[in-house]
Amino acid sequence: MATKEAPRLDLPWKEANPGGIVLDAGNSVTYITGTWRTLRPVRDLEQCTQCLICWIVCPDAAITVKDGKVVGFDYDHCKGCGICAQQCPVNVKKPHAITGEMGKVIQMVPEADFQK
Amino acid sequence: MVESKYMPLDGANAVSQAMRQINPDVVAAYPITPQTAVVQNFSQYVADGLVDTEFVPVESEHAAMSACVGASAAGARVMTATAANGLALMWEMLYIASGMRLPIVLTVVNRALSSPLNIHCDHSDSMGARDSGWLQLYAETGQEAYDNTIKAIRIAEHPDILLPVMSCQDGFITGHGVERVGILPDEAVQEFVGTYHPKYSLLDTDHPVTMGAWDFTDYYFEHKRQQTEAMNNALPIVKQIFREYEELSGRPQSIVDMWGMDDADYAIIVLASTAGTTRTVAREWRARGIKVGVIKPRVYRPFPAQEIIEAIKNCKAVAVLDRAISFGTPLGAGPLFTDITSALYNEGITGLPVVDYIYGLGGRDTVPPMIESVYQDLQEIAATGERGALVRYLGLRE
Repeated sequence: MATKEAPRLDLPWKEANPGGIVLDAGNSVTYITGTWRTLRPVRDLEQCTQCLICWIVCPDAAITVKDGKVVGFDYDHCKGCGICAQQCPVNVKKPHAITGEMGKVIQMVPEADFQK
Repeated sequence: MVESKYMPLDGANAVSQAMRQINPDVVAAYPITPQTAVVQNFSQYVADGLVDTEFVPVESEHAAMSACVGASAAGARVMTATAANGLALMWEMLYIASGMRLPIVLTVVNRALSSPLNIHCDHSDSMGARDSGWLQLYAETGQEAYDNTIKAIRIAEHPDILLPVMSCQDGFITGHGVERVGILPDEAVQEFVGTYHPKYSLLDTDHPVTMGAWDFTDYYFEHKRQQTEAMNNALPIVKQIFREYEELSGRPQSIVDMWGMDDADYAIIVLASTAGTTRTVAREWRARGIKVGVIKPRVYRPFPAQEIIEAIKNCKAVAVLDRAISFGTPLGAGPLFTDITSALYNEGITGLPVVDYIYGLGGRDTVPPMIESVYQDLQEIAATGERGALVRYLGLRE
């Protein structure tokens, strides 16, 4: 995702930009906020209808779309708010490919489950 | 030195004249007594085409300071004015202006904070903002308010400071009081303030920047350290700018005005207009052979501790006059007192008796007999060796 060089996070106070001014336009992509997440959205891509509602509602632009189709999540920037899962209008017809549960195409799974 | 033209002006109008001569790019303001006259007069200059300023009449003081922040971030030279509850409503934006290192100049015409509702002078409004990262200047007269407004532009925009400046004067007492004010020629003021060349501007699309952005646990601390460094190092620069202005105007511009302090036994330290009343009494007492002195800091933030300590360290007793209460400090002392006593302690001076007088709250008149009573108290403290009450009240009905 991030094509820009990340700003250094270890500069001593004399070398920081006064007033917190950001001189490098668009460098927020290098700021990894996905580590804040406690719940991870997962998608059953096979049963997804590609309605793109998750892409519209995501407040962090963390739904990755390629050639007009959803291909996954940007987990570097997804904070796990769950809006995509809440707004997903499609119910699975067979158990979810990742969770094995019935329910929405996008479901929220505790991050801790992935650490096991 | 250039000749000033003398005019009968109230302190508010004196500031409007300075603003006209400075010709700032943007003024965003909301009216509040007793500041209203400052911006009212200035808006007339805008309407008359005497300035090029973009005048933004906003819906509140919060909006006023917000507009100032935006305009300053865009690279404009920005001024505004307020008082009392208007300053209180600006509170959130005061910290944003200083944290973003925006050199905004704000005139405060000091007025008591509600409640109870009162429109008259005390310093509770600007004193509450003393930790907000703004430099603060206090004027004794309309003349000083005029002079400070012009100096404030240079101070705020100095590349080694880059902090907003609050230029204060006493509401009604000088704000509405007409006096003889010397006005410099327009060109002299314009040359003195020069052109503002911001290092960064939001409107510079060739060099796009983001200001006021997210600053998390990883940098906020470092940015605050830079901010306090700028404030800590500001005093020598302020002194230099005061000196330059003194050369231009021919009016003395020390950062701390001393009267009789070379050999004073008894000193009163007081900000703004009451310094004049105090000096009047001091002159009479000196004529009677009593060694009294008066110290009037023109700069309060950053606090000129060294200058004040140096002047009072050989006194027998010192009184601080505070026109605001710092509620909850030991015995409810005022901010000037707590600053001075902590500075004394830091210098290892602990034997000097210093007492605080809360005075003039809500515009209560402070008249010469009250100042005389303070000098009498100081004589008594020195004679008896008993400091007595630490915090006293001047002009309060007991």
